[in-house]
Amino acid sequence: MKVTFFHFNPYRDLPADFADRYRSVWYDLPWNELASGDVAGQHLTWTLDELEHAARAGFDGIGVNEHHQNAYGGMCSPTVLGGNLAQRTSDVDVALVLCGATLPSISPPVRIAEDYAVIDCMSGGRLVAGLPLGTPMDVSLCNGIPPIEQRERYYEGLELVRRAWKQHEPMFPWNGKYFQLPGVNLWPRPIQQPMPIWIPGSGSPSTWEFAADNELCYAMLSYLGADLAQDAFDGYWNYVRSIGLDANPHRAAFVQMVVVSESFEQAERDYLEHIKYFFDKSLHIPPRMWTLPGHQTYGSLTGNKGASKQGATNAEIRANLSTWTLEDFTSRGIVVGGDPDTVREALISVTKRLHVGNLIVVGQIGSMPHDLTLKNIDLLAQEVLPGLRDAWDDGWENHWWPERLRQGDAAAPSATEIVG
Amino acid sequence: MTALDKEIQVWGGAITATVATAGEGPPLVYMHGAGGLIWNESLERLAEDFTVYAPYLPGTGEGNPTAIYSLASLQDLLLFYFDVLDALELVSPVVVGESFGGMLAAELAATNPSAIGPLVLFSPLGLWRDDAPVPNWTIMTDDELRRTMFHDPQGSAADAFFAPHLDPEAQAAAALRATWAQACSAKFLWPIPERGLRNRLHRIKSRTLVVWGESDQLVSPVYARDFTESIQGARLEMVSEAGHLVQLEQPDAFDRLVKTFVSLPAT
Repeated sequence: MKVTFFHFNPYRDLPADFADRYRSVWYDLPWNELASGDVAGQHLTWTLDELEHAARAGFDGIGVNEHHQNAYGGMCSPTVLGGNLAQRTSDVDVALVLCGATLPSISPPVRIAEDYAVIDCMSGGRLVAGLPLGTPMDVSLCNGIPPIEQRERYYEGLELVRRAWKQHEPMFPWNGKYFQLPGVNLWPRPIQQPMPIWIPGSGSPSTWEFAADNELCYAMLSYLGADLAQDAFDGYWNYVRSIGLDANPHRAAFVQMVVVSESFEQAERDYLEHIKYFFDKSLHIPPRMWTLPGHQTYGSLTGNKGASKQGATNAEIRANLSTWTLEDFTSRGIVVGGDPDTVREALISVTKRLHVGNLIVVGQIGSMPHDLTLKNIDLLAQEVLPGLRDAWDDGWENHWWPERLRQGDAAAPSATEIVG
Repeated sequence: MTALDKEIQVWGGAITATVATAGEGPPLVYMHGAGGLIWNESLERLAEDFTVYAPYLPGTGEGNPTAIYSLASLQDLLLFYFDVLDALELVSPVVVGESFGGMLAAELAATNPSAIGPLVLFSPLGLWRDDAPVPNWTIMTDDELRRTMFHDPQGSAADAFFAPHLDPEAQAAAALRATWAQACSAKFLWPIPERGLRNRLHRIKSRTLVVWGESDQLVSPVYARDFTESIQGARLEMVSEAGHLVQLEQPDAFDRLVKTFVSLPAT
């Protein structure tokens, strides 16, 4: 199993009554009333320090993502942060999981192909190229793309990027529905051929079918735990089997919020307020922003029951937030938390039941301060990770991980040897 | 009286256009708003004096929700409508458009002035002013929509607009139709509901009536002046106690204004 420490750099200092005073954490919250460049800079520094710390502590990967105009996750450009992390970890065998640059938001999308290729070259081939469809808030509200065009632009962009990355592809013209380029001829092209690609999704069948059809890794990004992801992964694995592919668990990745402390009681004292901050403030998003007309296909509008289940769970959490204990979150699988033994067993159980070979751990949640985040990272790395590594010892190769990092530390040359 | 859905093959056979058709008399083309065509009493009243043709935006209505993907741009959409008018053999018909439909009616008349007869624009979208931005109605709550779209947010017209069907299946189907109609319309309205119409309005040759609800909070009445001043000879009628949806809040005024403008007595 490969375990990635994932961060989305939440704004950690929203006021206590934020959700009462503002309608959304995304798109139209006023910067001047709520934030400052000094504080944003401090958060970014902590975030990058925490990711570097996770890399040095022994995580297999470190991950960032892309969001816009929000206090949920302050990462406008995963490639700016990814470039920084590539240099910070030039002496560490850690994958850079950018999860990732949002194709429909960038025109032309070859810009993403270039930036990812640069990071792959800078890091000696350590990039995992996450290429998400993007949230409706980011793509349509913040970046102005008509919701009904989001998927078409995404699939066109993805095809263009994958072709542009190929080592032997001569310069080619691209005359698409949305993008026209007279001669695509990427400089540089990535070291990794082919590039490991992850397709993040939130449970929509059209996304996992696309990932399986193209033999890409399906990464389900949900903050609601394995119970609500079960239907999606059952659907994914059924589809994988139905088109004749093997059940290699590394075809899938899953996000899980995890908090570790000396005991369950200490974990509650350490982390509960920050988990509540996350659900109360970081996820304070009007439902209609999530469901812009056209963001979902007509077929998904009539068929995707998963989204409404997730919405109902979000509503249940928010309605009961003031009285919930850590147990309320852990018993529903929304958060995995407690002492190291409990957490290790729970994570093995999650990955086994979903049949997932790539685990993405979110270990900085909401308002969690820097020192507490470092404690969580250290306990995870020292007490939990060693018991997870061999969860899949049945000979599956992780084709969706940088080749030089697949077998651990021994085989691969260091990045400085390759780059230097 | 109910409308009959006429189906026409257009766009090289790629799109089956659906046109709700009713009544007898001179032709009148009705262009629906972003929420899709709802055949109602106001349109039935028009059908007492006209043959009403109400084409569905591709992708909306019953069947063929993916037709919208056959159109790449506003230019394609306008050509689609001209194909429909040709197939119906309509020569310079009266065109009445509301909101998004008003924008399309103006775009059609600006693109091919000789193909469009008298033009009635009810609170059309299509222009943009930074000092009166059109708010994004797709992210409003029902309460915000009531306040934005209606003169009387708690009036009978608003209540009827938001009243759920008693049958849950019918309600789900209506919600799906409305959502998908918004999705298809937004292709031509997002992120700002102007596709350059300001540059083209001067080309309109049609005799034009612009109608605005005095209480329109979605598309501010300041746009009424822009339309009226930019279209040669256009007349403006303001309707009191009406918001954005004049047809729903003041159905008598809607009927009277259309019929008197094209020189027929109101019923």
